[in-house]
This record gives sequence, structure tokens and C-alpha cells, in this order.
Amino acid sequence: MATIVIPAQLRKLTGGLDRVKASGRTIGRLIDDLERQFPGIGDQLLQDGDVKPSIAVSVDGEMGTGGVLEPVGEDSEVFFLPALGGG
Amino acid sequence: MAASNGSTNGDFRVIGTRPIRHDGVDKVTGQALYGADYSMPGMLHGKVLRSPHAHALIKSINIERARKHPGVYAVITGADLPEVKGVMAQVGELVVNTHYLSLNVMAREKVLYDGHPVAAVAATSKHVAEEALELIDVDYELLPPVMTAEEAMKADAPILLPELRSRFIVDRTDPGSPEGPDRPTNIATHIQFERGDLEAGFQAADFVVEREYTTATVHQGYIEPQNALAVYSVDGHVTIYCSTQGSFNVRTLTASMLGLAEGMIRVVPAEIGGGFGGKTTIYLEPLAVLLSKKSGRPVKFTMSRGEVMRATGPTSGTKIRVRIGATREGKITAAKVWMAYEAGAFPGSPFAPGAMTTLGPYNVENLKIDSFDVVVNRPKVAAYRAPGSPASAFACETVLDELAEKCGIDPLQLRLRNASHEGTPQPAGPPFKKIGYIETVEAIKNSAHYRSELTGKYRGRGVASGFWFNGGLQSSATVNIHTDGTVSVVTGSVDIGGSRAAMAMVAAEVLGLNAGDVRPLVADTDASGHTDVTGGSRIALATGLAVYEAAQDALSQLKERVAKLWEKPTSDVGFKGRVFIAPDGKQMPLKELASRLARTGGPVAGRATVNAGAVGAVGNAFATVCVDVEVDPDTGKVQILRATIAQDAGRAIHPSYVEGQMQGGLAQGIGWALNEEYVYDSKGVLRNTGLLDYRMPTCLDLPPLEAIIVEVPNPNHPLGVRGVGEVSIVPPMAAVANAIYHATGVRMTELPMSPPRLLKEIMRKRGDSVETQAAAAD
Repeated sequence: MATIVIPAQLRKLTGGLDRVKASGRTIGRLIDDLERQFPGIGDQLLQDGDVKPSIAVSVDGEMGTGGVLEPVGEDSEVFFLPALGGG
Repeated sequence: MAASNGSTNGDFRVIGTRPIRHDGVDKVTGQALYGADYSMPGMLHGKVLRSPHAHALIKSINIERARKHPGVYAVITGADLPEVKGVMAQVGELVVNTHYLSLNVMAREKVLYDGHPVAAVAATSKHVAEEALELIDVDYELLPPVMTAEEAMKADAPILLPELRSRFIVDRTDPGSPEGPDRPTNIATHIQFERGDLEAGFQAADFVVEREYTTATVHQGYIEPQNALAVYSVDGHVTIYCSTQGSFNVRTLTASMLGLAEGMIRVVPAEIGGGFGGKTTIYLEPLAVLLSKKSGRPVKFTMSRGEVMRATGPTSGTKIRVRIGATREGKITAAKVWMAYEAGAFPGSPFAPGAMTTLGPYNVENLKIDSFDVVVNRPKVAAYRAPGSPASAFACETVLDELAEKCGIDPLQLRLRNASHEGTPQPAGPPFKKIGYIETVEAIKNSAHYRSELTGKYRGRGVASGFWFNGGLQSSATVNIHTDGTVSVVTGSVDIGGSRAAMAMVAAEVLGLNAGDVRPLVADTDASGHTDVTGGSRIALATGLAVYEAAQDALSQLKERVAKLWEKPTSDVGFKGRVFIAPDGKQMPLKELASRLARTGGPVAGRATVNAGAVGAVGNAFATVCVDVEVDPDTGKVQILRATIAQDAGRAIHPSYVEGQMQGGLAQGIGWALNEEYVYDSKGVLRNTGLLDYRMPTCLDLPPLEAIIVEVPNPNHPLGVRGVGEVSIVPPMAAVANAIYHATGVRMTELPMSPPRLLKEIMRKRGDSVETQAAAAD
């Protein structure tokens, strides 16, 4: 199962846990499993069926570009981060 | 003038050399076409009526007198723009709330800053248009302005946007909690990064330094004002010529503002006279399109300098509180940072990247960062070179200087003792890939500058470091092989920092040509594959990657043609220099093959599209700066005596351009440090709307800036390239502040460190009376 690092803002939904386990071969499936475990977290991460534009996803240190289709490995480490832009 | 350790080009033949820029002749002879140069038959001139108030309700707007004014063809107000639903949209690297963008383009019921557009006119000349603006009657009901994040966060502050509610903030930090009343707020968003045990970390510290900082709103200072020329055709097609960093951004955002299909809009990027992030969004384009549609003529807008200053996006002013602990040996044990970024009139400051980059150069086990996005009655901020990072680095890097002094160790040594490297977690959590931060510190430590002795009264030396991301995102490129063996490279990336030359050099490297054999072109949105904005330090890296792959694609096709001519398998065809070779010694120059393409299957064009990853995917950038200053204790004026920057470029494609980016960011950072700021009066009206009063540094203010290129190749890029456009602006403010301290003994915590502000602190330190200090500050 992948390890998901929960942003501080969402830890109330995980009972204060900053790292949780979830299963799924893609970010979308992973969020489905998170929602099963921690109801309400999906709304915080998704918009119109995809990852919110304001959120970036890091999988094993690489910033994903595939949204809910981004592949996740069995032992991946996943971060949900603010999306950002440069000048 | 630049001093460089000289990048090494190793096995490369073109990469790492310094050819003459391809667009140089056009630019120095005046042939290059900028937005304001465009003209069309029957063209009208547009002007915008702007709010003279910082915060007011619009009770009514009457345009009748203006509409009847001779020479006026069309007048629009907010009522002419469609209502745009409030959705967050990803547009290139921007995350845009389309509703707020529409309100920023033209106010509806409320004006939220001095300069906010309320109406626009198209007329036969700009003078007639200006006369017409005088004839528009607007009835305002004034509201109290709130100008700083600190004021705006108070519970009783005037509210800008009633739909921003505290429950949304509470939801983000404490979902489902009933705590706190659901009240209007000016805080749009709050993020937090936390790891380790903060309390234990501070308990383990021998020294703790805690400071509060204030930084001013500053503008990018691009020389060319925003402009837009729109042609609305009778068949509904729209063509926009404008100065922008991202033609595809302009297309998407304008379509969104006006309810048009993107495919109906073609955006032609003009030559650009600077942007530094400020030209990644839109202001005039939808107004020009609407007025063109209404008048049936092309309509052109060109902003004045005053409009640029009052109504385009600068970067945020901030309030930042920092507490850092360290052991006697200089090991950082804990850090707590609280930051509030002013977003201007609508949400969307760089509060997140500020949090994600501060302390990025260091491995801090116990860390807590809170960052807030706060609306105030100033223009909505836009990106500015490494958005958010300079302010937070100013705060943390000056605290580190103070800690180094308390520990009695060299400030560069303290940085090396805590330096991030491959595997170190970033402030936001994910680990760094291979990075070159330590190498930038070592480069400064070993530089002639740092090793030189600085003597003399009121002279001091300061150092600081900075971290910024590299963007990835989407780019497209085409490499055309011409019949004479020359090549053209077509991309959709606006050339803002020398990217034409870099793209030509990448193609030349792959195809064994000289840079001068390759003609680089910037295409419009109909002529190029989708290409995201020129920003985020991503063009040499991401569009360069597309060009590299397109050139490789062309080379593969060329090998197939040679194989056909030689009647050999393609695998037998090699390429060396600019000559195709076979194991039996057979050779054919590229130039000869190019002339025979028609007989072997037709023209060859290599193509590539890449999605090089979201921001942060492709590499990371670090820089370290050393500055010597001399302070006049009687006036507070700071003279920069010497300044050196070391920056990791991964691999410098064109070292002169890399040095230019480093020097440019350093110069802007020095201006931000010493002079630049928006000055508002008590009513929230901007008082310094021209470059005489908004004091950017000139060549008379700066010594030669020394640039040391460090090359730690980016393992995620085939050429080892890292983005170089932004990080150079991150360290200078702290380096200057630290130098001022070592010159005067005064720790400056507010930017800019302008003569009156510094003189006041010098006087306070030497015990002058409060009255004398106040007089100095005036």
C-alpha cells in the first residue's frame, strides 16, 4: 500500500494522523480508498472528477502531471501540495 | 561586465558557447515589432476609465455623454462583460479564479483599488478617447480602504469580498469544527507545513532568534507597458496582437472572460519588452475584443506608465515572523515561520510558494510554517520572478546571519553545516533530487570576492542563499530541414530572456550545425502546438527539451533517407559532426542530403511535444549571493561596492544569457532591498506612479555584478539543464540587509532599506532623540 502524507489542513479528517496507508494503482483510486477510510477527504482533493487545480501531487518525489490518472506504485510516497507558478 | 568561472561544455560542441543572439540585429536597429508598433487601417484607440478610489461601491455609471462625443465609436462598462462563474482553472502554471479575473478586468458593483477599471472607450485617437473618459459619470459611495495584511486580518477590518467567510478558513484548518463564528474575512486561504517536534527542537537550541519583518509591494519594472490590439472579424474570429509571456494563456483567459470558444481566437505574441512574471495574465485583451466587436474596427490599447503602476499586478507586500533555534555549533534545531502575503483586491498571492521555499536550502527537522493569502485594497498581484520566495528568504536568511554571529561562526559555514542535498526533505515534504546548493555556497566561499578583505568604516559584507523551483509544463517544437541544409526551429515560447538563441543552439548541437545555421521562430497560437507560458524558469529546460526531441526526430528521419540512398539498413547509418557515415566509410554531408530530400520522400520536419512535469518536477535552482556595502551614516544611503552571485545552472546552454539572468535578478533584488516600494496615501491612492518616484536602480547605482555559474547537471534532463531565470532574485535582499548590519550594527527588518528608514534606525542606535529620528524618517 502507498503512504500518503496528509497536509496539516486535512489532519482533522484523519484523526490527526499525518501519514496513512491507502491502496490504488492511480491517484484517483488512492483518493477513493482515502474517502472510504476518512469520509469527506475526497471533497477536499477533487473537483469535477479530477484533482483540484489548486493542488499538486508528488509521487516518490516527482511532481505528477496526470491528475487522477497519475500512476502510483505499491510502496509509493504521495504528497498533496499547493500548486504554484513562477514568474 | 561579468566574471564567470566559465561553464565547461565538455563533450558538447555548441552548448556552452556564446554565439551572437539571433534577434540582436532586429532589436538594435529598431526592426523588431513590439505591441505598440502594430497599426491597422481604420484602427481605433482604446482608453480605460479607472477608479480614483481604493474602495467604493459603484452606485451608477452614465456613459451617454461619452458615447455622443465626436470620434467615439464604442463605450463599454462592466455590464457589457458576461458574468463568469467562479471556478478555479489551471491555465499553464497559473491557477486562476475566472470570476475574480473577470472582476479585475472590469469592476461591476464595487471598485477595490485605485486604478480598478470601470469603463473603456474606443475612439479615433487616444486624445479623443481620453476626452471621452472625462464625460463618463460615475457615482461612487466611498468605503474605508484596508491597505496591509496586518490590518486586513483584524476582526473588525473593512471587508473587501463578502463571500470570503471564516468558516472556509476554519474548514481548511479544522474541518467540521464549530469553533469560531462564521463571519466575513479578508483571509482567503491558509496553508501549513509541519514536521518534527517544534518544542523539543527549541529546547535543544543554545540560541534562539525571533524577529518580525515587513516587505513592501514592489513592481516587476518591465520597461514596456501592457498593450493589446484586437480585430473582431465579421465571421466571429478574433485576432489579438499583444505583449505577453504566454500567448496560449491569453487565448484561454480571454475566451473564458468573454464566453468565446478558444478556437475562435488567435493570439500573436509581439516582441516583448520585459515581463518578469507580470505578463502571464490579462488586463486589456477582453476590453479590446469587446470594443472591436462593438465598433466593427480594430482597437488598440497601450497602457501609460501610471496605468501599469496603478492597475497591473505587482508582487505582494508581506508581514513575516520568524523564530529559529540553533546549537552552539550552528546546527539548526527548529524553525517556526508565520507569513501573511497581500494578494491585492482578489485572492491569489504567492503565499504558498513563499512557504514552500523558505528555508529550502536547509535541512530542518523540526519545522512549522503557516502562510496566509490576504486581500487588501491594492491591485491584484501577479507573478514576479520566483513569486513569494524573496520575501520569505529575506526574513529567514537575516535570522540565520544573526544566529551565525551568536554562534561565532562564519555565515557560509553555518549554511554548509545545515545544507540541503539529495534526499533532504523540502519544507513541504517531498525530498530533493540531485541539487547543487552546496556547490553555490562553496563557489562564493572560494570566490575572489569573499576571500578579499573589506576594510573601512561603515563598510560591511553580507551573504544569503535562496531556493526556487523549475517549471516543467507543456511545450511543442518543430524542426524544419531546409533544402540548403539550414534549419528553422518553431516554438510557441515567447522569447523573454534569450530563448531563441538557446533553442537554436540545442537544435544545432543535435544536428551538428553552427548556431547561426538555425533560425529560431516564435509562432502564434494557430501556428504552434500548445505551449505553456514563458515563466517558471521553464523555457530553456522544457521547450529546450521539446526542441531536443524534435531535432532527434528530424535526425532519425534523415538517417532513414540516407539509408534509402545507400540501400543500407538505417542501423548502419551514423552521424558525426554534420556528416552521415556508414561502417564502410561512406559519407554524406547533411547539406548534400538536404538538397536530395525531394527524391527520398519529401521534406523532413522533426516534431515533439512534451509535458515536462508540474512545477518542481524537472529540477531545482539554488543561488548564493555576497554583497559589500558602504553606508553614509549622515544620510542612510547605501552604496553597493561589490556583488557576486553563484547559481547552479545545471548546464549553461548560452553562458552569457545565464549570466544575464543572474545579474538581472541580482539587480532587481538590490532595487527591492534599497529603494522600491508602492507609496499609498491615507485614502489608498498610489502616489508614486512614475519611474522617477518609483526608484529602480540604474547602471549608476550598481557596480559590475559578478556571476559565477555552477554546473551540477540536472539528471532529469538530457542536456543537464536547470531553469535559471528566477532564483537570482531570492537572496539579494537578505544579503544587503546582512551587509548593512555588518557596516552599521543595525538589523533592518523592513524593506525597502531606503535612506530615511535606515537613517532612522542608525539614529535610534546612536541614541538620537525621538524628534530627530522622526524628522529623518520624513
